[in-house]
Amino acid sequence: MKGYFGEFGGQYVPEVLVPPLLELEEAMAAYLTEPAFQGELADLLANYAGRPTPLTLCPRLSAELGFNLRLKREDLAHTGAHKINNTLGQALLAKKMGKIELVAETGAGQHGVATATAAARLGLKATIFMGEIDVERQKINVERMRLLGARVEPVKDGSKTLKDAINEALRHWLANQRTTHYCFGTAAGPHPFPTLVKGFQAIISQEAHDQYRDLLGRPPDLVVAAVGGGSNSIGAFAHFIPLQVALVGVEAAGTGEEGCYNSAPLNLGRLGVLHGQRSMLLQTPEGQVLPSHSISAGLDYPSVGPEHAYLHAIGRVKYGLAKDSEALEAFLTLSRAEGIIPALEPSHALAWVFNNRQEIAPGSEVMVCLSGRGDKDLDIVLANLGSLAAKTTTGLEAGKEIS
Amino acid sequence: MSARSRLTEAIKQANADKRPARVPFLTAGCPSPERFWACLKELDDNGADIIEIGVPFSDPVADGPVIAAASQQALEAGVSLEWILSGLATTRLSAPVVLMSYANPLIQYAWERATGVTLSQMVLASLRLLAQDFGSLVAGVIVPDVPLEESGPFQVAFDEAGVDLIVLVGPNTSSERMAKYALVARGYVYVVSVLGTTGARDEIPLEAKATLARARASFDLPLALGFGVKEPSQLAGLVRGPDAVIFGSALVKHLTEGGAAKDFMAPWLAAQ
Repeated sequence: MKGYFGEFGGQYVPEVLVPPLLELEEAMAAYLTEPAFQGELADLLANYAGRPTPLTLCPRLSAELGFNLRLKREDLAHTGAHKINNTLGQALLAKKMGKIELVAETGAGQHGVATATAAARLGLKATIFMGEIDVERQKINVERMRLLGARVEPVKDGSKTLKDAINEALRHWLANQRTTHYCFGTAAGPHPFPTLVKGFQAIISQEAHDQYRDLLGRPPDLVVAAVGGGSNSIGAFAHFIPLQVALVGVEAAGTGEEGCYNSAPLNLGRLGVLHGQRSMLLQTPEGQVLPSHSISAGLDYPSVGPEHAYLHAIGRVKYGLAKDSEALEAFLTLSRAEGIIPALEPSHALAWVFNNRQEIAPGSEVMVCLSGRGDKDLDIVLANLGSLAAKTTTGLEAGKEIS
Repeated sequence: MSARSRLTEAIKQANADKRPARVPFLTAGCPSPERFWACLKELDDNGADIIEIGVPFSDPVADGPVIAAASQQALEAGVSLEWILSGLATTRLSAPVVLMSYANPLIQYAWERATGVTLSQMVLASLRLLAQDFGSLVAGVIVPDVPLEESGPFQVAFDEAGVDLIVLVGPNTSSERMAKYALVARGYVYVVSVLGTTGARDEIPLEAKATLARARASFDLPLALGFGVKEPSQLAGLVRGPDAVIFGSALVKHLTEGGAAKDFMAPWLAAQ
């Protein structure tokens, strides 16, 4: 069926949203493979966003772990995360479609900032919907978006967080579809968004594939990435899916206590329909969507992109878990051992690698997608640092403790 | 197709009196779970030809602020699809009942009892169990986040039980799409007046006229106009108006503010 990955995906939207989704699908077919479009995007990615991003070996951690750990440095892309890959692509496509405004949702503000940035660069208006609670938690990002010329609309409905911001952005798009493009932030939502966003994020694994080829003449043995909605991970997996490469997505387990709120629909949810897609979903027995939780705002989402649900169902990708506390420890470990402050999202992927080090063959080549930089998370980390400072002394000892 | 749709008949009867059928919409549990059933009775006694009941959902993306808030309050008060069905079983209404529900509460209602090898089989099995529980309590269902492309299992399960799956079309639904919808539409056609969410508006937009005209040419079923309707005077400008009018947000607001259902219906009864 159209827009499905196995049994997941689809287009569960009001009828009045089907025509703009069809219009988007037609624009994708018309422009994405066109040399002029590809040339413009390649130029923006190289000369504006700073791509290709490096593949950085972690020498001290690798010596400690007994295998080579390399980071795909999306934290070094403009605005500090992989989000810019997607927003530049969608903004360019929106311009080709004759749209004058981008509407977007944002949780922590990273996608909002990336959308506002792309809109400013390409001369589009930007309206960003953000849950009222997130507006309060992420004041600096709100100011960044406003500085870039975007209008930030606090959302007061429901849980006042990311999922409610998506609802409101969809409502805005529904009413303003003739002039507006919905710049969706992750590889989820109604068809064709999972495919569109994956297409723009696949540059992560495309570059990594070539970097490994030039470096070692072969792909890595294992690629690990954190999974919220799933855009950095599907981008990091895309070009490795057909190859002999083990792939692990890491979901946020929350506090890890029995029955706690979490952001792990693949491990702990069941099939459901939300935000235009049929995928795995955290929900009550009656089908009401549960609030999600993660210390990392970027992973804090009750569902997951449909292609991940499919890759999980067929067993091509293994989906593990990392708790809030483990992500915090990994955050400290990488900062101290390698001089790289990671965002809390990829800290979950790092935590999984540290936790599972015994199962990774010595001498392996392991890539972690470092999807963003951690400056944005300092408040959260500092608020939790009291208990961690005692446990973590120096970098490498921290690595040992984690096992 | 079921031989006779109770919904089509109810609208035709109203039209035989030279008036559009009156279709009030009320979110379940509004204005409070205690008063809800009495309000339904009052609507039924005061000229409702069909009654639509909104099943609350945590993420009502097609709804404007009034119904979204009513939905959230209902959830906080513990209202569920099960609560609605058991209440309907003990409430005698002369107007046929239509449920308006987002896809997920419908799919999950009987999920634990459903069996199937694939997830798609599970979805269909679950919807079949739901349709059985509808029995004669529910004449039709509107699923605002299920367009034509995803409607397969809903059509199959509801058709088997003689429950109408009511389709929605909007100002941007092409005549080609309307023709495809015409093959599966049951009961009546819900014509969305605007590109927007539910909510009362002062005027029915001009584009609603054009949408009604195109729908008239595409469907053999009665047309019900919704999204933005609050009072009879709004229909004055329409040469051939809709066969039925659905009013939701204005009624929900009226009841939430302490008004009586009877008073809300009065101008519609006076307007004939």
